[in-house]
Amino acid sequence: MLGCRKIIVLIFISALLCIAGCRHKVLNDPHASERTQGTDNTLYTVFSDQPKTLDPAKSYSSNENVFTAQIYEPPLQYHYLLRPYQLVPLTATAVPIPRYEDQQHHPVSANASNIAYTVYTVHIKPGIFYQPHPAFVKKQGHYSNLSLSAPELKHIHTLADFKQQDTRELTADDYVYEIKRLASPRVQSPIAGFLSGYILGMKDYIQQLQKVSEKQPAECFFDLRPYPLAGARLLDRYTYEITITGKYPQFVYWLAMPFFAPIPWEADAFYSQPGMKDKNITLDWFPIGTGPYQMIENNPNAQIVLEKNPNFHEEYYPTEGMPTDKAAGFLKNAGKKLPLVDRAVYTLEKESIPHWNKFLQGYYDKSGISADSYDQAIRVTEHGQLEVSQQFRDRGIYLNTSTDPGLFYLGFNMLDPIVGGNTKRAQALRQAISIALDTEEYISIFLNGRGVSAQGPIPQGIFGSHTGEMGMNPIVYQWQGNHAQRRSLDEAKRLLAQAGYPEGREAKTGKPLLLNYDAVSTGSPDERAMVEWMRKQFAKLDIQLYVRATQYNRFQEKMRTGNAQVFFWGWTADYPDPENFLFLLYGPNGKVKHGGENAANYENSDYDALFVKMKNMENSPERQKIIDQMVAIARNDAPWMWGFNPKTFVLSHQWVSPTKPNMFANNTLKYLQVDPALRRQLQRTWNQPIFWPLWLLLIIVIALLLPVIIRYRKKQHSPPKRY
Amino acid sequence: MFNYLLRRILYAIPVLLGVNIITFLLFFAVNSPDDMARAYLGQKYVTPSAIQLWKSEHGYDVPMFYNEKASGISKVTNTLFFTKSLTLFTFNFGMSDSGRNISYDIRHRMLPSLAIAVPILLLGLLTNITMALLLIFFRQTYVEVGGAILCVILMSISSLFYIIAGQFILAKVFHWVPISGYQSGLDAVKFVILPVIVGVITGIGMGTRWYRTLFLEEQYKDYVRTARAKGLSQQRILLTHVLKNAMIPILTGLVVIIPSLFLGSLLLESFFGIPGLGSYTIDAITRQDFAIVRAMVFLGSVLYIVGLILTDISYTLVDPRVRLGSSQAGS
Repeated sequence: MLGCRKIIVLIFISALLCIAGCRHKVLNDPHASERTQGTDNTLYTVFSDQPKTLDPAKSYSSNENVFTAQIYEPPLQYHYLLRPYQLVPLTATAVPIPRYEDQQHHPVSANASNIAYTVYTVHIKPGIFYQPHPAFVKKQGHYSNLSLSAPELKHIHTLADFKQQDTRELTADDYVYEIKRLASPRVQSPIAGFLSGYILGMKDYIQQLQKVSEKQPAECFFDLRPYPLAGARLLDRYTYEITITGKYPQFVYWLAMPFFAPIPWEADAFYSQPGMKDKNITLDWFPIGTGPYQMIENNPNAQIVLEKNPNFHEEYYPTEGMPTDKAAGFLKNAGKKLPLVDRAVYTLEKESIPHWNKFLQGYYDKSGISADSYDQAIRVTEHGQLEVSQQFRDRGIYLNTSTDPGLFYLGFNMLDPIVGGNTKRAQALRQAISIALDTEEYISIFLNGRGVSAQGPIPQGIFGSHTGEMGMNPIVYQWQGNHAQRRSLDEAKRLLAQAGYPEGREAKTGKPLLLNYDAVSTGSPDERAMVEWMRKQFAKLDIQLYVRATQYNRFQEKMRTGNAQVFFWGWTADYPDPENFLFLLYGPNGKVKHGGENAANYENSDYDALFVKMKNMENSPERQKIIDQMVAIARNDAPWMWGFNPKTFVLSHQWVSPTKPNMFANNTLKYLQVDPALRRQLQRTWNQPIFWPLWLLLIIVIALLLPVIIRYRKKQHSPPKRY
Repeated sequence: MFNYLLRRILYAIPVLLGVNIITFLLFFAVNSPDDMARAYLGQKYVTPSAIQLWKSEHGYDVPMFYNEKASGISKVTNTLFFTKSLTLFTFNFGMSDSGRNISYDIRHRMLPSLAIAVPILLLGLLTNITMALLLIFFRQTYVEVGGAILCVILMSISSLFYIIAGQFILAKVFHWVPISGYQSGLDAVKFVILPVIVGVITGIGMGTRWYRTLFLEEQYKDYVRTARAKGLSQQRILLTHVLKNAMIPILTGLVVIIPSLFLGSLLLESFFGIPGLGSYTIDAITRQDFAIVRAMVFLGSVLYIVGLILTDISYTLVDPRVRLGSSQAGS
């Protein structure tokens, strides 16, 4: 018993010493071991969805672009600061100027009617090198890691296990190789089908590769070099040419996406070796690029770490921006060599509460704002402006807002006999619903004001949109003073009566109008409230709404087969051109008939004719005029209730340099700067451990145990009780 | 015993087959191979030929149970069920639909799961048994009544509350440990402290009451009365005799859950950012990755059956009266 007491006393003293030792130490730092491993010039941030692939030919999700855009370098990029968005060279020497050809490949002018092909000639800057990678290691002129045996691979579990790494210069052939990969059946690029409609010879090339692939073993290097693709030709070491059929001026934007980033054939050969896939060493998880960062740790279940690429070519922070950029601090680092941070640590955070709390403790440098935390973080000023709360301002946290290049809308299936069709009756019905559905209220209740009511298919900031009265949708709003005011419910009811449904009942039969609303069931806490809200909106017109909430797969199936009536859907743009929005209403793009992205199956011959004319035009007053006509037609036909353009709110700590939101450029990590010393100091101040509760706990435990001990002692000295 | 084990293993085959069929039917009742292809290829510009190609490359372009176009045995073997589900019996989990090696992922995710599951089990066991013995020691006193009420209160509170309260109080307000996260090796210690505390507290109510019931049952047996008549102290009776005899249900209850420790805890791992196996299945269902779903359900079933067999074996070890496979089995 004495020994036991001694042990307890020893434990107690040890605990006291530990606590005394920890008095001025930060105990809750989740990145403490990271800091001891390397530089503190690191950005700490999160990812919430595990990437499915980081292969640039396959990756098409924003959560994957966060990584791929920092590692891979397509020939072009978006200027970080200038607006409207404009393309600038990245690895190319200049933005390629398209050359037009007729059927016989004779040059023709840009306005010629017989354009059969468009040719983009891309010149790559010499002297750009890949990140260090084992695929490039050579011994006596031969690649030493491209035909590894099973014993050699036995102790390899990750790329870091290769003792030797090497590099080589980026060549135009790597870009051509990647374009060929887009057609490979073994890669399965999501845009292969789409691009095969543009890149010359790609359709046949896909079939050719499929036949060849079937004859080769599944686990071997499928070398694409011997198979030429007519639409992607190598001209010399630093020059290649892409030929597309017809004219598609927006194609140049694709050259700023990772799909068109270079892949060295050595990487493909390296990752295709038998045994690599079993160890998850594939291009899906270990990207290889020329960009400012290389991936040094990829644990998609916990953490992904990017580190400065030691071979990164010279690139400097832009020195020109918009007139307000200097005052906003966006030009603070003008002319500095990129990238500005040495590392970026991305931690998987699926739950919003730990994510938010760690941001508040200073362990994440940037954060979005969940609905639960919105009121804590944001306040509305007297003038209706949104700004960070006083508590956050005291901590030096600042807010960046931006309108996303996308929209969410309520669509009407134009093939439906009740809400669809281009008759005056159906138009009036859709217009009535568009007026009754109060988007502003939706944004206020469910998005905490993080959205803008859409006035048409083109979001603000994209060429073709207007601001103020010019940009207002006159079918749903009217201009009052200096703002757009939603038309009254009486007007909506009048339109409904015109449509043959006075007071929500069919005029002929008196039957109530019942519409089916198809939505995706997300299981979110707000879902029920959203559905109820939607019912109420239709009930304003005495229209009964039957909600058919389904799983996303079933919802998509309904959309494909045309079985939806009224539905809620969205779109995010690929590039900043009105064509990428207006094509969503282009007839030959209908989902049911043609399998395209026109989910409402809207068809209007005038609109379609104007679209064909507009899509190949450069931005000009003439193009603007055509877009205005198209938008007016669409507003009048109302195939969508235009919904809203979502806004993104990002909070940053004071040690993060001001970051200009760029909704099309994903490679913005290189422009970001942190002040590690300030971060460390504030983290220490904010996270000092509080030990007095330990003593309180100890007193409570003693207070609780004392009667028990007394009782125990009494019991020990009393005779056993009979049970 | 050998015959018994062999029989149990043979019984397990139809059980596993049934589990496989049910998983297969349930998964494909909700997701068609076309849906899976769309989920992987993204939402934009997906053409029917791209979907067909994806299915072909991932082996989802064959009929589910019977392939009419094939000949001979291939009519059955060249089907989705045979190629995707029955191969699991060889413990070849293959690749996930996103191209990752499932066995590799399971191996790597198992350790973080065990890093919180094992301490929770051991500390929980120690705490719960200690508390249950205390309640028995103070039988028919205010200590027992208070303890029982406390247990009911602890049982009535949702485990989510303990997680959020633990993160708020210990990590956010007192700054003792990180709110969530995980690092491998020794760095893991500070990350597992909070989930282990939460896990232990969550189980105290239920565990203490369960062990108290077991001890109470022993408390009224003849051997306890005899020991008491011999003048043994209550402390010695409890620790030496009651605890020893109650070990049979305690151990068998423990052995059955040991294999499932590898599968981790969904809630704790999700909230504390532990990259274990707990969230692996749920993530796979969300991402419509049938390869992982079938592998994890199969693994779960196998571990459960292993747990039951181990329980039977443990009976023979802790109770010499039990003989597996003999006519006196269970006596």
